[in-house]
Amino acid sequence: MIIRLWGTRGSLPVALTSADISDKIVQALLKASGRSFATSEEACAFTRDELGFAVKGTFGGHTSCVELDLGGDEYYVCDMGSGARPFGAHVLARQQGRPATVNIFMSHVHWDHIMGFPFFGPAYVPGTKIRIHGCHDMLEHAFRLQQSPPCFPVTFAQMAANIEFVQLSPDKKYKIGTLSVTPALQLHSGDSYGYRFEIGDKTVVYSTDSEHKLDDGNEVKRIAEFFREADVVVFDAMYALADAISVKADWGHSSNVVGVELCQKALAKHLVLFHHEPANNDATLERLLNETRRFEELTREGPVLMISSAYDGMEIEL
Amino acid sequence: MSLVTSINGNALILGLKGRLDQDNCDAFRDELTPHLDAAARDHLAIVLDLSQLEYVSSAGLRCFMLAVKQAKTYNGRIVVAALQPMVAEIFQISRFDMLLEVFATVAKAVAAVASSPSSEKT
Repeated sequence: MIIRLWGTRGSLPVALTSADISDKIVQALLKASGRSFATSEEACAFTRDELGFAVKGTFGGHTSCVELDLGGDEYYVCDMGSGARPFGAHVLARQQGRPATVNIFMSHVHWDHIMGFPFFGPAYVPGTKIRIHGCHDMLEHAFRLQQSPPCFPVTFAQMAANIEFVQLSPDKKYKIGTLSVTPALQLHSGDSYGYRFEIGDKTVVYSTDSEHKLDDGNEVKRIAEFFREADVVVFDAMYALADAISVKADWGHSSNVVGVELCQKALAKHLVLFHHEPANNDATLERLLNETRRFEELTREGPVLMISSAYDGMEIEL
Repeated sequence: MSLVTSINGNALILGLKGRLDQDNCDAFRDELTPHLDAAARDHLAIVLDLSQLEYVSSAGLRCFMLAVKQAKTYNGRIVVAALQPMVAEIFQISRFDMLLEVFATVAKAVAAVASSPSSEKT
């Protein structure tokens, strides 16, 4: 399985500005000061080996969209944020005209999680089957509403694919295609749901837009059980802990620190920081990643927990 | 977790020992409550001496935040002092060093609250 992250930003899409790109070029030139590169290969090697991620790349700006690629003509994806647009282009390119089946799992229907659907290319291809799974009873209403006048020029009914909505219930294990899927209720305005995906001996948990109150030991245990021994946990780490439990309490999001603690308790193997705060630039996100790794090191009592920070285009092979 | 108390000028010094985490944060809050009441009654600032605190989890940090919030309701002041290196790093990573007043030593904290024991003047 390949986990492919098409959109990793929280709340609102963001894009690099000209000033951001100029700043990266300046930093790269300073780092290369006094060096010369005879070939593009030498320059590539310098970029790859000697520049930090925040200088040579970007975490990206699309909102939530995470694919679980199992190969074949059947696709599995969590949320339809703006990352659904490049994901759709990927599906169309790979299918080369063959009809696809796309299984979508919705955490909730806030705007940043559905805004990519009107731009999801396969939804306009006759023969494509799209099954939108979720635990909210207003799932279909929300999808149709965002494509109703005056918000969007193409109505939901004009989409040519065969689109079906599938109601799921939390804490119940479903077999969907070749995956076992268990949704779990999360704390967020209007509720959100995380998903635990299992195939063979591999487990992936997608848990975004989820606030974790720290005063309820039973709730901590419930979430840790949901994460139990997962190979990968994609986790909402939007805020610093101090903000998440003070000025931004009840905003429905969590922190890197709580992500580490829950994964340590659950004996999960790999924590992926996700749903990045739109105000955080690449340098800030890289610093947060390094601090999170340090926190894991400081508090480790069991096996090593691998920590990554999600970026648009990231692939994790399991 | 155990609390050791002493008074220095207008500072009620509470020394924390051991670990503060999910398992004992409720007990810590219960233990802290009478000290908050006493500080409110006697117009004392509270200095949390963390020199013997080995570890604090997110649940423990939340206890500190709630205590500071409660103190503010009576215009009181709570500061923390003498963090061990590991606890200081946890404060920095969680950004609690920006949420709470942190002093390098208990003496510096006591001196700071001596001139300004209430949260209004800070």
